[in-house]
Amino acid sequence: MRYDLTHIIPWVAEGSRVLDLGCGNGEFLRELQDARGVSGLGLELDADNLVAAAGRGIDVIQQDMDKGLSNFSDQSFDTVVLAHALQVLHRPHRVLTDMVRIGREAIVTFPNFGHWRCRIHLGLKGQMPVSRVLPYSWYDTPNIHFCTLKDFEALCSELRIDIVAKDIVTTSSQRRLARWLPNLFGVTAVYRIRRNGA
Amino acid sequence: MDAVAQSVGVVTPFIERFDEPLPLACGRTLEGYSLMVETYGELNATQSNAVLICHALSGNHHAAGRHHESDKKPGWWDVAIGPGKPIDTRRFFVVSVNNLGGCDGSTGPSSINPQTNTPWGPDFPVIQVSDWVESQRRLGERLGITQWAAVVGGSLGGMQALQWAVSHPNNVRHCAAFACASKLTAQNIAFNEIARHAIVTDPEWQNGYYQKDDKLPARGLALARMVGHLTYMSADGMSDKFGRELREGSFTANADEGVVFQVESYLRYQGAQFSTRFDANTYVLMTRALDYFDIATNHGGVLEAAMADIQARMLIMSFSSDWRFSPARSRELVDALVKAGKAVTYADIETDGGHDAFLLDDRHYLSLFSAWMQQVHI
Repeated sequence: MRYDLTHIIPWVAEGSRVLDLGCGNGEFLRELQDARGVSGLGLELDADNLVAAAGRGIDVIQQDMDKGLSNFSDQSFDTVVLAHALQVLHRPHRVLTDMVRIGREAIVTFPNFGHWRCRIHLGLKGQMPVSRVLPYSWYDTPNIHFCTLKDFEALCSELRIDIVAKDIVTTSSQRRLARWLPNLFGVTAVYRIRRNGA
Repeated sequence: MDAVAQSVGVVTPFIERFDEPLPLACGRTLEGYSLMVETYGELNATQSNAVLICHALSGNHHAAGRHHESDKKPGWWDVAIGPGKPIDTRRFFVVSVNNLGGCDGSTGPSSINPQTNTPWGPDFPVIQVSDWVESQRRLGERLGITQWAAVVGGSLGGMQALQWAVSHPNNVRHCAAFACASKLTAQNIAFNEIARHAIVTDPEWQNGYYQKDDKLPARGLALARMVGHLTYMSADGMSDKFGRELREGSFTANADEGVVFQVESYLRYQGAQFSTRFDANTYVLMTRALDYFDIATNHGGVLEAAMADIQARMLIMSFSSDWRFSPARSRELVDALVKAGKAVTYADIETDGGHDAFLLDDRHYLSLFSAWMQQVHI
């Protein structure tokens, strides 16, 4: 399982109700159901992913979250997860607002575009970064809204979203550096957020 | 796996007779009735592998396989039922029944009314979806089934499956409802009314007593079917299938008198075929059952409240080009199920097959259906 997902598991309460936005093949919800006994629901667009998720016994709904999540009631889930999908959304700010409305708590993970490798790629090579983790060329990529840790935190503050906790995932050699300069050495960000004052 | 390996093979329907009176939703009581039934696969020792198939408006008990080796066409849902298919007959015991009020062997308007010794005709009681559910419940009991592993159906059959999950939450573990709705829209009822109007204005309708007078409102029934059939297809699907191709004649100068488009010929053929195999009173009865259906009727019209008691895991599928039971109607069901905190999977299948797509061989549709059915533990 992808490393950002293993970081989320301890943050999900035993037996809670979890909505996974962009649940892919359902692997993560399956793990959460097995490890934490949660009752999970996935949202997914891709038809083959739906089949894979259903085959794992995951309940999944085909829905485009960019078109809104108004069909989900306020505070109807314990946790709403958006893992590695923030950057593909057309209106990430709206989805974040919906997430903290629908869930008592939300967990967001995304690749940190402020990582030094991205900066070197752009700053020294003068080209948009292409890597093993982000293999797409700028003109043909699902990733249309990259951000850095600082960008994300600024957006949360603008949307009146509280950051309850964050976990910066990076390679073992950069772990210490990331504690000191997370926006430069963090590869993946994992945020736990909720509505301001909730 | 090849087509032969995936067929349930030759099947033989049978009649189950019920003499216990059946009180109906309309207030009348049917003193006794027969149901025409087909089964596929074997019921296991714990009776935990039974799947009930619910048919749509013009369907019947013959859902899979062939009655004779030489039959040109298999049952109406042969793409979904058989070894290696979504409803895998190597795992499941499948029960398929001609609905009460039907015209394929179960008691209906064309059966003899024991009190008058003449065909019921229009005097046959109005049947509602909940009546079918009750008659199917009794059939299940007769076959030794108290809890269905799954109840499945499309269109009017999907409505029956929903009604099952709502009315008997403890007797349905899984429910799959395709191309259906919690109730018909005004437009949908209007199409049914056009169909009924075509039938009852046929001079041979005879107020519904055509059987007694040895008449047949074939023209009305054919027209009803043509309208219905048209609404089950999509514009793109029809363009692909027929385009503007001609069956007869040509547009050459002075020669355009006998022009017949393929689509005209197709609809006429469908209408004519249907009018010889289907009973007009049954058509009226079935369309009424569709119109009257509203799953939330006992819950003040609040869909979420109607879903509250459901225990079954639900699978809802719609089809992108279905304009008779549009995807929006399925999403209403899904939203209500989510709000009620129920286990539900939903997909809108991209297809130009229209409403009839639930009967067609579509990879995404059948593979999702299969994947979901494999999670039905028996």
